[in-house]
Formats: sequence, structure tokens, C-alpha cells
Amino acid sequence: MATVLNRKDFVSDQEVRWCPGCGDYAILAAVQKTMPEFGIAPENTVFISGIGCSSRFPYYMNTYGFHTIHGRAPAFATGLKVSRPDLDVWVVTGDGDGLSIGGNHLIHVLRRNVDLKILLFNNKIYGLTKGQYSPTSEVGKVTKSTPAGSVDFPFNPITVALGTHATFVARTIDVEQKHLGEMLKRAHAHRGASFMEILQNCNIFNDGAFNDVSDKALKADHQLVLEHGKPLIFGKNRDMGIRMNGMRPEAVHLGDGVTEKDLVVHDETNLSLAFMLGNFEPPLPTPVGVFYAVARPTYDGAVNQQLNDAKTKQGAGDLKTLLGKGDTWTVS
Amino acid sequence: MAVPPEAAGRAAEPHGSVASALKPHLKRDHVVIRFAGDSGDGMQLTGMQFTAESALAGNDIATLPDFPAEIRAPQGTLAGVSGFQLNFSSSEIFTAGDEPNVLVAMNPAALQANIEDVPPNAVIIVDREAFTDSNVKRAGYKSNPLTDHSLDKFQVIEVDVTKLTSLAVHGMGLNNRAVFRCRNMFVLGMLSWLYQRPIESTLTYLESRFKKTPEVLEANVKVLKAGFNYGETTEMFASSYEVPAARIAPGLYRNITGNSATALGFVAAAVKAGRPLFLGSYPITPASDILHELSGFKNFPVYTFQAEDEIAGVCAAIGAAFGGAIGITTTSGPGMNLKAEAVGLAVKVELPLVITDIQRAGPSTGMPTKPEQADLLQSMYGRHGESPIPIIAASTPADCFDCAYEAVRIAVKYMTPVILLTDGQLANGAEPWLLPDSDKLSEIKVEFATNPEGFLPYNREPETLSRPWAVPGTKGLEHRVGGLSSENLTGNVSYSPANNELMVRTRARKIAGITREIPPTQVFGDAEGDLVVLGWGSTYGPIREAVKHVRAKGKKVSHVHLRYLNPLPRDLEETLKRFKQVMIPEMNMGQLLKMIRADYLIDAFGFNKIQGRPFKVSEIENRINRALEG
Repeated sequence: MATVLNRKDFVSDQEVRWCPGCGDYAILAAVQKTMPEFGIAPENTVFISGIGCSSRFPYYMNTYGFHTIHGRAPAFATGLKVSRPDLDVWVVTGDGDGLSIGGNHLIHVLRRNVDLKILLFNNKIYGLTKGQYSPTSEVGKVTKSTPAGSVDFPFNPITVALGTHATFVARTIDVEQKHLGEMLKRAHAHRGASFMEILQNCNIFNDGAFNDVSDKALKADHQLVLEHGKPLIFGKNRDMGIRMNGMRPEAVHLGDGVTEKDLVVHDETNLSLAFMLGNFEPPLPTPVGVFYAVARPTYDGAVNQQLNDAKTKQGAGDLKTLLGKGDTWTVS
Repeated sequence: MAVPPEAAGRAAEPHGSVASALKPHLKRDHVVIRFAGDSGDGMQLTGMQFTAESALAGNDIATLPDFPAEIRAPQGTLAGVSGFQLNFSSSEIFTAGDEPNVLVAMNPAALQANIEDVPPNAVIIVDREAFTDSNVKRAGYKSNPLTDHSLDKFQVIEVDVTKLTSLAVHGMGLNNRAVFRCRNMFVLGMLSWLYQRPIESTLTYLESRFKKTPEVLEANVKVLKAGFNYGETTEMFASSYEVPAARIAPGLYRNITGNSATALGFVAAAVKAGRPLFLGSYPITPASDILHELSGFKNFPVYTFQAEDEIAGVCAAIGAAFGGAIGITTTSGPGMNLKAEAVGLAVKVELPLVITDIQRAGPSTGMPTKPEQADLLQSMYGRHGESPIPIIAASTPADCFDCAYEAVRIAVKYMTPVILLTDGQLANGAEPWLLPDSDKLSEIKVEFATNPEGFLPYNREPETLSRPWAVPGTKGLEHRVGGLSSENLTGNVSYSPANNELMVRTRARKIAGITREIPPTQVFGDAEGDLVVLGWGSTYGPIREAVKHVRAKGKKVSHVHLRYLNPLPRDLEETLKRFKQVMIPEMNMGQLLKMIRADYLIDAFGFNKIQGRPFKVSEIENRINRALEG
């Protein structure tokens, strides 16, 4: 490509209308900053969203964009990507859009492995409809629709994605700009459905939902950064690690006979390990990074391969031949 | 015992020539045969093959498959009876016939389920061995109808189909089940002889169907021929019959079902448009055959996406349309409900899309394999907000081709979703199809926007009011569309009250404007008179035939059949007002009736049937006569 792209090439002329202080601003900034590095022109990039705060995202990107209907963005994106494999197609969704009304489409797009980059902004609340609990809200959550506390057991987006055998599953945090940028690059480099959960703060209806992992003072002790091939170490002083105790993971202090060699080494291609990490909950730290990444043929690739094979084998479709196939007879 | 099937056909006249060296054959103008058996007896296949043979013999044909939703209901029960009715004729016909001249009943249940449609003196061919005590009881008979004289008013021909089939394949080492499954070929062979049908097309079919199982092929061929020879050599039939070729428009023909014609119409339109076809669909009776058929046309290219649900099917099609493909989706009534929200989005973002509803009897799951016309008002109004959509309805199986093609043409030209209505009867029914000259199909012009100079996503073409189709990948045209109300021209999100009304009215004007393309209404019969029968969809056949009958008796009755239901033809109101009475037969509670009364203040009256069965010609004829008597 002749011209070098920069951030401004991806910024639309529309005023951004999220609430001041919303985590979405940080995500938008990271995406706009990272996109030029992919070297893909804005006209070849498409952002598709459903409904919800996160789904306003396409309006702010100076690419092609489609703000569709609630929960269905993966289906629109599948139709587009399959018929236009030349395009770089992104899906922006939220915990309500992607895991509640659109849960069905999300799991199917992941299992099919359509080559889409899927960003799920998880703020554990319905923001656009002003504060009802979402499918990722914790049990007991008091909201406008659950004054006595939610009795719904929540989804864990990571293990939902892993359950579909999605080929790329990662988690990052809105305020971690550097990590977010790295994860965007990893997701984009992956061929197939890339699923990224982005922990995002809704400062109006669910402020501080992820404080333990995003607050500067707390995060080091609660965040476990996953790196392929490296032992699972965390903590302010990098002196904590994850060790297997029989079949169960446990957090241990390094020292007193416990060394790095005793710790679990992260392997992005190990689905069982990914599940285990995905299920971490306090007192274990919250993993961020790439849980799982494997290569598998993409759905759109396979579909187009079949079309090409048919063309090679049968020649390009001929209408006259098609209409006259089967038993015909002439009336004179 | 050997009874000649005199009842078959109206114009019985002895014929001097002989079909074979052994027996005379007689001419018939037309014959209606109904094949009935267990759903596992292969009656649909038998019917389709007999249809193919009849089409090749040059007859005009019309068929009405009638099968249960259960794939294999318990054997021998009424619930499991599957039927296929075929009308083949030496003159032009419009329906599969009100009542059969010949009923083939493979078991007592098949007899029981169909007997009330069979007129006195008609021929009933039964497999005698299937009338065992337990089968007779399972079908709800108290005594064996073959021996209790309850069938005396019919001409019953008892054939030991099962035994003869098994003798035909004796020594081949087939198990009982495999032998049993060949019984339908014996019946087909026998009737092929009886009506002097050439069996070559069936042999060709069997060869391709059982290519990989030579022993099954051999068995089927042996049984088919055994049935044919049985007709010729036994004394069961005194003569054979000939239904001469019909005088129909010259040209190259093939036999086609409505679903096949729909699939081909879409492919033809996509080829003409020079764009790939993308079908997003979810399996549903009776629409699935379109998905099956299109999935075999990959080299055109045709994309078929079997989605996770109805909603994803239509959404994927819209996504593909956003990228420049011809996006279509196929479904039936329940699926239409599920797709409604997405279709509303397509209305709002103004992308081309065709939604095909193969209507079936509802509400809810209803009778999935039976036809109805009760989705018209859903198509008109079954969305939130003001979201007008053009609606086109096919009237015969072959007409599905033209309507599918026209639906795509309008969708692309006006940048709008279009609803195509057919029904279960059209979908599975077949008729001879005069192959269109693919060079002469009307033009479908697709011009993507390419010039960034002054580009605005909602800057409309002045005549059609359609907006530009600007697809991703085009430099300088990057833009966003979405469901939120959008500003005129720019498409930017806008909550301006006046702008919202402007956009709603503009979209309505765009759709209403399509009426300028609708050809003048054709009136069958005189342009004015005592009564006009107004119809749409698959009621075409029985209405046309009924109107022909009453006109032959000097009645001043005409027929108008609509293809375009939204917008309606410009001249429809004045056309209808030239008649004293307007009668609207529909397989619903009166949906077009409501539209006509509301739009034109015409005091039309309905004639309604909601039985999952098409109108009989006689029913419409009687209703016309009653109306004329005042």
C-alpha cells in the first residue's frame, strides 16, 4: 500500500455520544489507534453491531458500518464475510446483546469459525435501557429490575466461547490501553472467529464492577496476565503463582521451596487449561490475555472453496443449461 | 371381475387402433388419478414419475401432492396416508381436478382417507393383500370393505401387488423389506401400461437414483416392467387408454414444481444482475426444497447459508446485500414472524432483499404440509412502524419462476425488500413449463455507486426514489447505515421530528411509485359484466376453470388475477367497478377482501376456505351461480 494510514483515517465526523467517563471511549481510542497498524484501508473495513451502548461504535469509525438489530450482528456479519471474504469485518457487541438476546448467534458464529473479529464489551449491566441486570451480572445484584437481588446465575463469556470451541478467546480491560492494543493485534492476526471479552466500566449504572482488576492499587494482586509458554505469575512483587494441587489450581507464594518450576506454564493451544483459567474466580486472580488460540479452517474459507471447486469442476454456471436440465420435450 | 375403467375421463370414445398387439385402447380427454398409501410407500415418487411420463407424452398436467407432516407415521394408520393427485389432459387444464377418476389405494387406511372424494363409478385399484384383518381394523373399518359390498358403487380392481412384486424379484435374494419397498414400481408400471405412458423416463430416473446400489436398481426395474406387462397380459384390464397430447403453445417444455421454479427464478435474476446469489435460510416445511435446490448451484455462484435460526437466515441475507450480493431468504408463516424485525431494518436501511413465504396452514404450526393464503396481511402490515414492502404472488408452479425473477428486479431497482408469496400447493405441485429464452428475460441493472464526489447514502434517484447501493470496498464512500432514524441525504442519526416524517413518507412514496411499472390489469372474459372473480396466488386454477364453465353457459362473469398485491395495479379500481359484483375467493378469512374494501370502498364479498386444501372448481362455480341468482 502506497499511503501510510494513521489514526485520523479511522475517525468519523460524528460526535461521540457515550456518557462522560464511559469505558467505551477508551476502547474506541484503542481501536482507532491500532487500526492503522493493520495496513487495511478504511474502505475495506466494516464494523457491524447490534443494539446497546457498545453497538453505537460503528458510527464513530470512518469505515463502512452497519448498526443492525438487537443481538443479530454476528448473523449480518456472517452473510457479509461469506459473500465478501475480501473485507475485514468486525463485530461489536455487549453482554446483553451478545449473550442474552443474541446468545444463539454468538455461539454459532464461534463454532463455525467465521473469520470475524468479535469485541464483546462486558459491563455486567444493561446501560442503554438504564440499569437492569444482564446475563453476566452476579447473583444477588440489586438493579432496577432486581430490587431484591438477581437470582439469575450468570454466564462467563470466556467459558461460553470456549464451550463452542472458538479458535481464539481472549480477555482484556478498557483502561489497559497497551494490553488492549496488543490483544486487538492478536485478534486481528488470527484467521477465524476471534472472540475478545473487554471488561468495560459503566460509570453510571455499574461503576467499579471491575475495580479489583482495573484499579491501579489493586490490580497487580488480582490480575493474572497470560503469556504463552510462560509460567503463571502475578502479584505486585511478581511473587505469586498458580500451581496445580492434584487436579485443582491454587495460588502460591514463590519462595520457601516453591519455584517457577512448580507453576503452571501457559499453553494457548490447551483447551482444558483454557477452561480452567476461564473458570478462575476469587481468591484466584482474574486472567487477562489469550486463553486459547488454535488454527482451524474458517467457515467463509471453506464455503468459498466449495464454490471455487464447483466452478473448476463444472465450469461457470450457464443459465441456458440450467433452465433446460432434466427431461424436456418439444411441442411443435 | 375384470372391470374396464369406463369412468376415467369424460369423452369416452372407442378408438380403432390398438396400443399393443393384444388389447384395444380407448381415447380419453383427461384423467385424474390419485395415488394413496402409507408415507413410506413411495406415493409421492410414484406420482412424480407418472407426471413426468405424462408430460413427456405431451399432456397438459397439474398435480396436487397431499402428504402428512409426519415423516413415517405408524404404518397403516390414517395419520400416515400420503397422497398425490395428477390431472393429465389433451386440452388445457388449470387444476389437479376436483375428484379422482382413479384411486390407487395401497392399504385400507389409504382407501378410508380418500374414499369420500371418489365419485360413484370411479375406478379404485387396491392391493388386495394389504387388506388384512388387522390393517382393516387399524384403518377404522368394522369389516373388510372389499367384501362387505360397501364399495359396490365403484369399480374395484383388486391386484395382489405385494405378491406379484415379490415374484418379480424372486431369486434375487432381497429381504422382505426391500421387496416391499418396490411395490410402488409395480403400480407405476401397471398404470403406465393402462394409460399408455412411456416408461423410459422412469427407467432413466431409477438408473440415476440407484446408481450406487445396482441390486436395488435391478429390482425396481424388474418390478416396474412386471407391472407394465401385468397390465398387458392379464385379464384384469380389458383395454388401455390414451390421453392424446394437448394442444399447447409450441416450444421446449419441462415439468417443474413451484419450489424448483422459484429457485431457478432467483438464479436467473442473479445471473442477469451479474451478482452472486446469497440465500440465508433455516429449514421449514414447505420451503426447504428451495434451499436444497439452490445448494446445488454453487458454480453460478450461489451461496446457501443454512443458518442457526430463521432470524439469522434473513440477517445474513441482509448482510450479504450490504456487500453487494443478491440477498434472499425463504421460509413459511412461522418464520415470517421471526424475520419481521430484520425485514423492518432492511426497509429502513433500504437494501435489496427478497423474502419468500411458502404459505402453509396456520396459525402456529398448524398443518405444515397444507396450503393456505393467510399471510397476506402479515406481509402487508406484520412489522413495527410504517414499513411498506412490495408484495408479489405467484399463481401457478411455473409462474413462481417469473415472480421470483420479478421480485429480485424490483428489489434491486428500488433498493427495497420484496415479499414473494407462494404456498404449499404451488411449491410441491407441478406443471409443464415453457422454457423461457434466457436472453429475453427483462433487464436487471445493478450499478454500484463509485464516485465519492458529492456522495450521500440517501441521495435518491429522482424517478424511482431509490438510494445508491454503495458497497464496502469502494474508496471514498465509507458510510454507516443503521436502524436509528436517519437524516435525509446523509443518513446520520437524527431525531428531528420533521425529518423522521419526511423519511417515512419518502419510503412510502417510493413503494407506491412501483405501481407505474405494473402492467395493465388483464381481464379474462369481458371487461364489464355481472360479476368479476378477483383472486391472487394458487386459487388461479380453480377460479379460471370455474369462470370458464359459467361463461360457457352464457354468464357474464370475468376473472382478474393479481400478481402485484402491493402496490396494487393503478387500473384495478376502475376495472373492478365495471362489474356489478366483485367476488374474492381466498384460502383465508378474507384478507385481500379487506384490502380491496378499504382501498376502493367496493362492496366486494369473500368466499373463504381454510381447510388446508385448494378450492374445488365446483365450489367456486356454485358460489358464482349463487351470487348471480342474488
